[in-house]
Amino acid sequence: MRRFLINQAKGLVDHSRRQHHKSPSFLSPQSRPLASLSRFFSSTSEMSASDSTSSLPVTLDSINPKVLKCEYAVRGEIVNIAQKLQEDLKANKDAYPFDEIIYCNIGNPQSLGQLPIRFFREVLALCDHASLLDESETHGLFSTDSIDRAWKILDQIPGRATGAYSHSQGIKGLRDVIAAGIEARDGFPADPNDIFLTDGASPAVHMMMQLLLSSKKDGILCPIPQYPLYSASIALHGGSLVPYYLDEATGWGLEISDLKKQLEEARSKGIAVRALVVINPGNPTGQVLAEDNQRDIVNFCKQEGLVLLADEVYQENVYVPDKKFHSFKKVARSLGYGEKDISLVSFQSVSKGYYGECGKRGGYMEVTGFTSDVREQIYKMASVNLCSNISGQILASLVMSPPKPGDDSYDSYMAERDGILSSMAKRAKTLEDGLNSLEGVTCNRAEGAMYLFPRINLPQKAIEAAEAEKTAPDAFYCKRLLNATGVVVVPGSGFGQAPGTWHFRCTILPQEDKIPAIVNRLTEFHKSFMDEFRD
Amino acid sequence: MALKALDYDTLNENVKKCQYAVRGELYLRASELQKEGKKIIFTNVGNPHALGQKPLTFPRQVVALCQAPFLLDDPNVGMLFPADAIARAKHYLSLTSGGLGAYSDSRGLPGVRKEVAEFIQRRDGYPSDPELIFLTDGASKGVMQILNCVIRGDGDGILVPVPQYPLYSATISLLGGTLVPYYLDESQNWGLDVNNLRQSVAQARSQGITVRAMVIINPGNPTGQCLSEANIREILKFCYNEKLVLLGDEVYQQNIYQDERPFISSKKVLMEMGSPFSKGVQLVSFHTVSKGYWGECGQRGGYFEMTNLPPRVVEEIYKVASIALSPNVSAQILMGLMVSPPKPGDISYDQFARESKGILESLRRRARIMTDGFNSCKNVVCNFTEGAMYSFPQIRLPPGAIQAAKQAGKVPDVFYCLKLLEATGISTVPGSGFGQKEGVFHLRTTILPAEEEMPEIMDSFKKFNDEFMTQYDNNVGYSRM
Repeated sequence: MRRFLINQAKGLVDHSRRQHHKSPSFLSPQSRPLASLSRFFSSTSEMSASDSTSSLPVTLDSINPKVLKCEYAVRGEIVNIAQKLQEDLKANKDAYPFDEIIYCNIGNPQSLGQLPIRFFREVLALCDHASLLDESETHGLFSTDSIDRAWKILDQIPGRATGAYSHSQGIKGLRDVIAAGIEARDGFPADPNDIFLTDGASPAVHMMMQLLLSSKKDGILCPIPQYPLYSASIALHGGSLVPYYLDEATGWGLEISDLKKQLEEARSKGIAVRALVVINPGNPTGQVLAEDNQRDIVNFCKQEGLVLLADEVYQENVYVPDKKFHSFKKVARSLGYGEKDISLVSFQSVSKGYYGECGKRGGYMEVTGFTSDVREQIYKMASVNLCSNISGQILASLVMSPPKPGDDSYDSYMAERDGILSSMAKRAKTLEDGLNSLEGVTCNRAEGAMYLFPRINLPQKAIEAAEAEKTAPDAFYCKRLLNATGVVVVPGSGFGQAPGTWHFRCTILPQEDKIPAIVNRLTEFHKSFMDEFRD
Repeated sequence: MALKALDYDTLNENVKKCQYAVRGELYLRASELQKEGKKIIFTNVGNPHALGQKPLTFPRQVVALCQAPFLLDDPNVGMLFPADAIARAKHYLSLTSGGLGAYSDSRGLPGVRKEVAEFIQRRDGYPSDPELIFLTDGASKGVMQILNCVIRGDGDGILVPVPQYPLYSATISLLGGTLVPYYLDESQNWGLDVNNLRQSVAQARSQGITVRAMVIINPGNPTGQCLSEANIREILKFCYNEKLVLLGDEVYQQNIYQDERPFISSKKVLMEMGSPFSKGVQLVSFHTVSKGYWGECGQRGGYFEMTNLPPRVVEEIYKVASIALSPNVSAQILMGLMVSPPKPGDISYDQFARESKGILESLRRRARIMTDGFNSCKNVVCNFTEGAMYSFPQIRLPPGAIQAAKQAGKVPDVFYCLKLLEATGISTVPGSGFGQKEGVFHLRTTILPAEEEMPEIMDSFKKFNDEFMTQYDNNVGYSRM
């Protein structure tokens, strides 16, 4: 406890020191700098050690300023507070009005009880320990089609060596399967040579940012609100984020006229806008784009010479009957645009969907519409890291070619899949309704992805109280929420929001049986918060 | 007219500048030839399992069980897995919060980091703090993260050995920093002379470069030399005096093929030096599951340990790690297993010890076979591979060959290696990919081909080399190739 307090105190001192140095965060001027609370119990740290006067070469004052600048709220300040609370809860159960911390800050389904798809794990286990395939007992423990699939996969790996570095784009046979999966999904061919398998979608995003950004004069159009991987990677690679605002009033719709306006404004400031990021289904906003909206976006990119970066990691998470996922590749090809017409990078991951395999780090980008000299550079960058993890590669291929009707595992696979997706839809609706019933809170429906992003109308008194604590108003609300209920959500300022509006992002992932309690606790907390701060 | 979205000219210059020869021209040509049906022996990268080395049984059993935890509930699981593998799988799963499929702490599972710290403590005899250990998707990612922290711009220089593993040059390029070379001395078994270091630093500073860090690769890659304790002490003193953070790439610490210079970690030497060095030198040490006798390259598992970095800097490194969410959990478990392998008395110990010993002893023999083989060739001189996984022979190219290379538009060692590839199928990496003294040429090959294939490979090389030397020794003047 003592260490906790010491570090709290240190953190507050450090924080007020940093407030002077730190430039405003990327959008909301009141948003709080990350990492202001000292979170490390380092054995080499001393209370009196001052970073700036140290004679050591690497100190806070001398590290890469881009590192200092970038922020990532999803695992930021609020999570640190939660972790400390969780520690303290173990020792002091009675000190809190709740008995567990529920992490609704991050799309990490399996950490909240979601089970992996059995067929996928069977195949992965067999590939990890291939000598199982030579044992007769294996047939009693594994499904027939998982054994078949494992053989097929191992035959595509030279020497069946799953412990060897593969081709830097990923194992060719697996890329063939993924390409076939993309074609089956879209109705348009995909080339395995366009696919780069990566340790999750995030490293692929980094690669593209590194390629596109040479200096602050290079800009990337990003949706606001956005998943802060984009703002962080743009900061890390020294570029400029050019925001375009999604419209909350129209279900987080995207207006081409706004895109054009932002683009022109950036250009007038001397910024070369290189790409447009679209997250579909949206994160944190959850909207699924209408197809004609997508066509407008594709046309816009083509006209303006922008690379379209399509983050499609939630493509399997669609909860409403009136919307459907269409890949941007399909939309572009349906418009008659080919390799020479539009540069498009599509990102997919094994972390989301109904498989939720975050810890495996599997994903890919499909890169189309680039000249061969550019592609060579992409390949070169991939090669410096040699290759992505093989197990993740295998999983990506399984996700893009799951069991088919007639396969041994098909029925159980479909039951698992449908169970997870229908439960997500249900939880999304329950939470959405619960949030909409709160005073001054409006919440758009989650058409897809894994999050709700309610807007809270904070009373002026609350805003002032936040300012007094040198905290962004939405962070203030979230911290109070955490302390009262044990529920961890991420302040909207971590994603960006229209100035003067406040939100938080909450996942829909706690198991169904926990949802009523969460809604109750939220409701109770909100009522007492409003009682305290109502104008 | 539609605007061109992304063309070569507008790409980030740093990307264009960066080179990574290990998977560069030679490798691409080898892959082409392989597609055409030629048998290729890939010795371009330290990738043991690709050349027939089998994974160790016990770790794969444990990871397979973690992949498919429902197996643990099956009453027949004991027919396929030994009890200690089952127990270990349960242990590692209990350290996670959702098994292999959940993001872990961005620094890696606390339980595994604790095991790593305990390993370091056992190895060195000095305490290690798990909070200062970050697990990464391979050691390369860790190197990139640390260099990204240290390099602010092209005014920042990083001391890198020449020859070096080109991850360093490529990353420094990508990050827009400046590589400050220090030359290892081939005539002294690739030894490191502190005077060379001083000279390099002085020269860089005279050009206005702030030298921020020094990289050592111990055991060396591509050179294989193992640093002596005295050498490491000199280096640490140097870093103290010149205010450099030391990056200790120790991924080959299990690969030692001589007994005069066993592996000693930079951290251990630093702690032994005591005040003022032990608190006054900043050090980051890197390790991996890809090398050693494990060779699990495809898993992408690694870690770095930070010493004497201010807590606020550690926080910033944590912050950047959190953007990538977490390293892959399977490899974290593999790392746990590597640092706490089966012990005598464990059911799986005998098999594990046998497999490990077999691999290491064979590597030692192959290091010798290859060195001797190269030394028996005309115009080839090769230092012994004291450690790591490579042989880095010097090829003394006759003027005729250099001329022919020029005419073909190739760097001389690239020319030689391409000819070698086409004649024998042996895919190597030209020394120019690692850096070498002007006018001195090498190639890097691995000692990883199967022991039974080694004699044939060395014969094949010798035959090619003899013919090449004969051809170009006779062609004084111009080459007709």
